[in-house]
Amino acid sequence: MTSTPRRVIPLSVEREPSLSAAEHSAVVEVCGRLAGLDGALLPILHGVQRALGYVPAAAVPVLARQLNLSVAEVHGVVSFYHYFRTTRGGRHVVHLCRAEACQALGGRQLEAHAKRVLGIEFHGTTADGAIRLEPVYCLGNCALGPALLLDEQLQGRVTAARFDALMQGCRSAAEPEAS
Amino acid sequence: MSAAAPVKVYVPRDAAALSVGAEATAQAIGAEAQRRGVPLELIRNGSRGLLSFEPLVEVATPAGRVAYGPVAAHAVADLFDAGFLHGRPHPLAHGRTEEMAYLKDQERLTFARVGITDPRSLADYVAHGGYRGLRAALELQPAAIVAAVTASGLRGRGGAAFPAGIKWQTVARASAVQKYVVCNADEGDSGTFSDRMLMEGDPFVLIEGMSIAGLACGATRGYIYLRWEYPQAHAALAAAIAAARAAHYLGEDIQGSGKSFELEVRVGAGAYICGEETALLESLEGKRGQVRFKPPLPALAGLFGQPTVINNVITFASVPIILEQGAEFYQHFGMGRSRGTLPLQLAGNIKRGGLVEKAFGVTLRELLYDYGGGSLSGRPIRAVQVGGPLGAYLPESQFDTPIDYEAFAAIGGMLGHGGVVVFDDSVDMASQARYAMQFCAIESCGKCTPCRIGSTRGVEVIERLLAGEDAPRQETLLRDLCETLTYGSLCALGGLTPYPVLSALNHFPEDFVKPERSSASA
Repeated sequence: MTSTPRRVIPLSVEREPSLSAAEHSAVVEVCGRLAGLDGALLPILHGVQRALGYVPAAAVPVLARQLNLSVAEVHGVVSFYHYFRTTRGGRHVVHLCRAEACQALGGRQLEAHAKRVLGIEFHGTTADGAIRLEPVYCLGNCALGPALLLDEQLQGRVTAARFDALMQGCRSAAEPEAS
Repeated sequence: MSAAAPVKVYVPRDAAALSVGAEATAQAIGAEAQRRGVPLELIRNGSRGLLSFEPLVEVATPAGRVAYGPVAAHAVADLFDAGFLHGRPHPLAHGRTEEMAYLKDQERLTFARVGITDPRSLADYVAHGGYRGLRAALELQPAAIVAAVTASGLRGRGGAAFPAGIKWQTVARASAVQKYVVCNADEGDSGTFSDRMLMEGDPFVLIEGMSIAGLACGATRGYIYLRWEYPQAHAALAAAIAAARAAHYLGEDIQGSGKSFELEVRVGAGAYICGEETALLESLEGKRGQVRFKPPLPALAGLFGQPTVINNVITFASVPIILEQGAEFYQHFGMGRSRGTLPLQLAGNIKRGGLVEKAFGVTLRELLYDYGGGSLSGRPIRAVQVGGPLGAYLPESQFDTPIDYEAFAAIGGMLGHGGVVVFDDSVDMASQARYAMQFCAIESCGKCTPCRIGSTRGVEVIERLLAGEDAPRQETLLRDLCETLTYGSLCALGGLTPYPVLSALNHFPEDFVKPERSSASA
């Protein structure tokens, strides 16, 4: 049996990008405020996402240490829920309803239109960083579909034209904010 | 008219009304009144449930409240010109709100105050009969409260329709240092919005119902698990809880009774499965929303392992009137073993969508045509999905089915949370079946194999079936797979996904045959 040369697979542990000092202190602040709650992890993750706009992967070990949980437990929770985002992006978030009641009123066509005009798929962010597109399964506006949630504002009877107008509004409102 | 008391004008703050411009309408009315120097009191009520007329503006007149709608902001000046503050005629006028055909024959027990009161005002709630149920409960022994709920015949309105009184009794009899009352406000079913409307339009009735549950079961802490998609409901609940606490309807020593009940809102994070009660409890504990094995029942080992009453928003909100008016009053409504009323939600492609609260026994056809007015598109209604994404698709031949838990079970469907989603004849039922499987795959918690893997295989089999690859064999495979899902899944997500899939296949087989084309559905 000829021996094949031993192949060495280079193993390098990918270093997590670390949190900035400001992000770190925001995460610690949220923990300090909410860790006393029973079943505190979800309220804390909401707090982190509200403060930073997303839940960075680098926040997971910090949260785990603060709450005396394993990294796996925290990661498991973050990744289980659709609402928690682990990537940055999107000054505005559009949650477009994909559920049946909206489908009955052209929701699928609106979805196709949204993806086309924004040039992105679900979970994507437009090149200018203005809009992030996320799917959602029911917004409770089923008699006035198709519906979407723009940031925290519910919109009903969204036609393609109304969608374009809403996006235009986002972008013009975003300019001064961004500068 | 100058020295008269300000006219009361109502513009809903309900999220659905806001989604079609109610905020701009309210602002326009305020500005126009100021411009004309007319004193008026603007009240932000809940929605009356006639969603196709939103923003529905009401004016209080000596003859009662008069409705105008839909009132866009640009129509406001014209309404002032026409004298709408005196209830005068206008093309948008509908006469007295109570007399509108949509509302006149409804039987609003749970939604008695929604759209009528100011949901931010505890005084308004009490003035409209609020907290009479709690006062009655405070006079009773816990066992008598449970007995009243049992005798009323109230069944869980979340979908499973389990008798509420029996659940409460189990918790009441359990002994523990800490028991909990948990409200399932994770209203994830497509086509349903009654929980949202109630929480936004009359949050105090939910708080009152949960407080009564606490008294009945000896639980002193409560949680409302609210989906994140409902920020407007969150704001309404937060305001109502603060007001109730300030007036000693919550907290320690409720109304001097020596009893205490604390209530907190917790927000979900976008997981359909968390509407399943044990997954919800896991989520409340700060974990992944994975379904638990039963037994033990949550009534014995629920939140943090303690005895827990867990019911849907509408179930709790139906309790105050039962305590106030008596079990017989409530029991008198309904048919068969479905007692009381159900707030039904007309959604999808329907001309007059909205909320219709009726006693059990009303037929689907009455809802679709008498209330709903047929499809919005004007085309024939081809299919109706009742009971959310896990409900069956029903063809026209089944529209005479009465709204009754057993009647729906008998036709292979379920009533669920009372959502009715209408599709016209442009619907492709095969793509609806595919979507149902895909939804199960996206939302599966992953704990049991039939649901986690079966749903993904289900999407593939449906795609092959539609592509015409050995279709008869694919159909057999799909039916086999559905049987595995039905009998092998841990909870209703996997267990009921075959309902929409097989009902589409059985009632609309023509949509699954694509003779010429071999492409999968769009």
